[in-house]
Amino acid sequence: MSTTGKVTIDDINAGFGDLHKPYNKSQALLEASRCTYCFDAPCIKACPTGIDIPTFIHQIRTQNVKGAAKTILSENIMGGTCARACPTEVLCERACVRHHDQGKPVEIGLLQRYAVDHLLDSSEEHPFVRATETGKNIAVVGAGPAGLSCAHRAALLGHKVTVFEAKPKPGGLNEYGLAAYKMVDDFAQKEVDFLLGIGGIEIIYEQYLGQNLSLDTLRSKYDAVFLGIGLGLCNQLGLESENLSGVYDAIDFIEQLRQTNDKSTLSVGQNVVVIGGGNTAIDAAIQAKRLGAKNVTLAYRRGEENMTATDWEIDLARKNGVDVRLWLSPIELSGDAHVSTITFEQTTIEAGRLKGTGEHEKIETDMVLKAVGQKLNASVLSDIVIERGKIKINDKYQTSIPSVYAGGDCIDTGEDLTVQSVEDGKRAAHAMGHTLFGIDFKEV
Amino acid sequence: MSKLACNIAGIDSINPFWLASAPPTDKYINVVRAFEAGWGGVVWKTLGIDPPVINMSSRYGVHHDRSRNVIGINNIELITDRPLETNLREIEQIRKEWPDRVIIGSMMAPLDEKTWKELAIKIANSGVHGIELNLGCPHGMCERGMGSAIGQVPELVEQTTRWVKEVVDIPVFTKLTPNITDILVAAEAAKRGGADAVSLINTVNSIATVDLDLMAPTPTVDGKGTHGGYCGAAVKPIALHMVGEIARNPDTHNLQISAIGGIETWRDAAEFIALGASGVQVCTAAMLYGFRIVDDMIAGLENFLDEKGYASLAAFQGKAIPNVVNWNELNINFDTKAFINKDSCIECGRCHIACEDTSHQAITMQENASGGRDFVVVDDECVGCNLCKHVCPVPECIEMRPVDNGLPVLTWPEHPKNPLRVDIVSTENTLAETGENHE
Repeated sequence: MSTTGKVTIDDINAGFGDLHKPYNKSQALLEASRCTYCFDAPCIKACPTGIDIPTFIHQIRTQNVKGAAKTILSENIMGGTCARACPTEVLCERACVRHHDQGKPVEIGLLQRYAVDHLLDSSEEHPFVRATETGKNIAVVGAGPAGLSCAHRAALLGHKVTVFEAKPKPGGLNEYGLAAYKMVDDFAQKEVDFLLGIGGIEIIYEQYLGQNLSLDTLRSKYDAVFLGIGLGLCNQLGLESENLSGVYDAIDFIEQLRQTNDKSTLSVGQNVVVIGGGNTAIDAAIQAKRLGAKNVTLAYRRGEENMTATDWEIDLARKNGVDVRLWLSPIELSGDAHVSTITFEQTTIEAGRLKGTGEHEKIETDMVLKAVGQKLNASVLSDIVIERGKIKINDKYQTSIPSVYAGGDCIDTGEDLTVQSVEDGKRAAHAMGHTLFGIDFKEV
Repeated sequence: MSKLACNIAGIDSINPFWLASAPPTDKYINVVRAFEAGWGGVVWKTLGIDPPVINMSSRYGVHHDRSRNVIGINNIELITDRPLETNLREIEQIRKEWPDRVIIGSMMAPLDEKTWKELAIKIANSGVHGIELNLGCPHGMCERGMGSAIGQVPELVEQTTRWVKEVVDIPVFTKLTPNITDILVAAEAAKRGGADAVSLINTVNSIATVDLDLMAPTPTVDGKGTHGGYCGAAVKPIALHMVGEIARNPDTHNLQISAIGGIETWRDAAEFIALGASGVQVCTAAMLYGFRIVDDMIAGLENFLDEKGYASLAAFQGKAIPNVVNWNELNINFDTKAFINKDSCIECGRCHIACEDTSHQAITMQENASGGRDFVVVDDECVGCNLCKHVCPVPECIEMRPVDNGLPVLTWPEHPKNPLRVDIVSTENTLAETGENHE
């Protein structure tokens, strides 16, 4: 902050700098020395991609940092993003045995970032070599974490991959959805460039399934198709006046923020209300605050224990000055063309069900960000079977159409995690052997 | 007077902590700083005949652990590279300024009686409390027939010790090299030569590391390296063994011992004293942290004496010697088992994999009801090797518990399965038959 108390352009942009400073060599060695190199380590089991964490940390200790990166990337080609964006506090780091005797886990995420960044920054050739060309062609829809992970693994196995992406840039939520302070220095693009270094992958942009791209055409032209299309539609509040100006989907707010280099050129409300209890809500709230909003209220209709955002993220929001309000359900937006007030009803649980108490509360606002979940745009998927709003798959990631596979947020795994999407894409690429050759590849 | 006051080979010292002959004791300013810090004495950097030697640029190699702690240093520095007179005048000066501190003059010379004797006399005349014969330096000087070149030949150890003893009336310490097969041979030679004490160990011959870019040993001097003397924490076990051997050997047990080798803490010092040392010499630890480390050495050793109820160092000096025995004297019926303290176990599995892969498959790993892992020792398989206890990252989590198996003390020579067993019963019978058993 400047001494005048006025927020400057530099202050605003500084707020979008790295959330966690990366380790230097000394810090990395010190932290690595805390790892006990567990046998059959709990952290490996807690990682959706099954990275051999004790081995990569051991490799950092022996200063085989490139080897450490390769250990990570062999299981998770987006280990760089996951090191930045994973809720490690509920995954690997929660399982760390150092909780028991030292009261805090080894900071696996930061060590992973140290190793992967080392490899990506060393601008050497891609660490993996493609298998002999199989002559098989795979179509991947969506260049997000699931699609790119599938593309990379399929290319590694020797297939030729064409990725169809709706946006003008690759990366999916890594590029458009994660909080800016988690993905500084254009890391999403850097990672995609690295990933494509395997060869055998082509990305075609601005290809919209259901518009200029059809699943049937893909099926006819490719040996197999992978759908990593994410959740394209945002849930709405279902209130009248939801189209007042000043009311936005939080996803769009974050996307705009991510796509703007000089954050100080962005406008933000003075009194921002974010609705939702997930990590998107938290990301939107914190970034609104860092953009200079005077008051940011995050309203969630249930208790804190029900929020899907992790405790660590909720705590981060509070530390950033976000007022986290619980048991509030929005019932009315009002304003004269632009939103000026949002009215909530207080809620409670009665006989196991969420109910309004009849007590109302009004909050003055000039910007409302809706983060109440996203849903699959099933209309573009022709006759693929949808279950509970998501694509139904079997244990081989096959949809109801045998040559069409799917993974990531668009399937019903119950997870909303980059790291899970990467694992889905990887496994689907392995599973495709069944369609492509009539055999199942052994899991790597 | 401090509880730590002691006498080493007839020399009174305010505490047992001396700095060993090495770069930290090379000149006036270093030694004064050491005494200001509280060191009881110094062994001056080895003196030789003029002209002084010339040292190399780049002198130390180092053995880091993976957390960048130094566990050993090796050096290729020679003896003092300053004129003899300069050193002697500084010694005289400090003797005057620090009357309660000990200065021992370390020396080496080419193998010539007159040279040895003249040098020893000059050093003695500077007022030192004693003379230490450097018969151990394993690099550089040995190529000129000095240092370990003398220390590795027992007859020369005896000879040089005798030469010096013949011309000085102050205590003589013969400093031994560990770069030999049996330390007792050298110690006995020193004793025959009349040494009042032995100092050990000198440095261990070594290459610290190989620089994989230069493809040369470190320290690297213009692209080449040479073997150097290894010291520091890593050599302590070697030194403890050699000190223990001399202390328990009937022919040398009354030799005074000034112990050297990886002493970094009060505990290290206490271990050497328990094995019979009268005092200790320190170098590497001071080089790593500065002279201030003596503070904790003094305070820690005092606390140890208080906790154990020892009135002085003499009260526990040599107390561990009777317990250093040959393997053949160990009780083969003793049985101890690992016990894992569940409350402090962090479930890392290190004990399990160490035992499973490299020992006796005596620690099982099972998932428990709460999703964690239980590690349990299978007593029938556990041979009491201690490996699990040592690899466990948590202090005191695994303990070794002796088993009361009711068996008598039995040594291997007495063991029924020993084909060379000493048959006590039949020997007694034979004696009885021949009437020689007058018991």
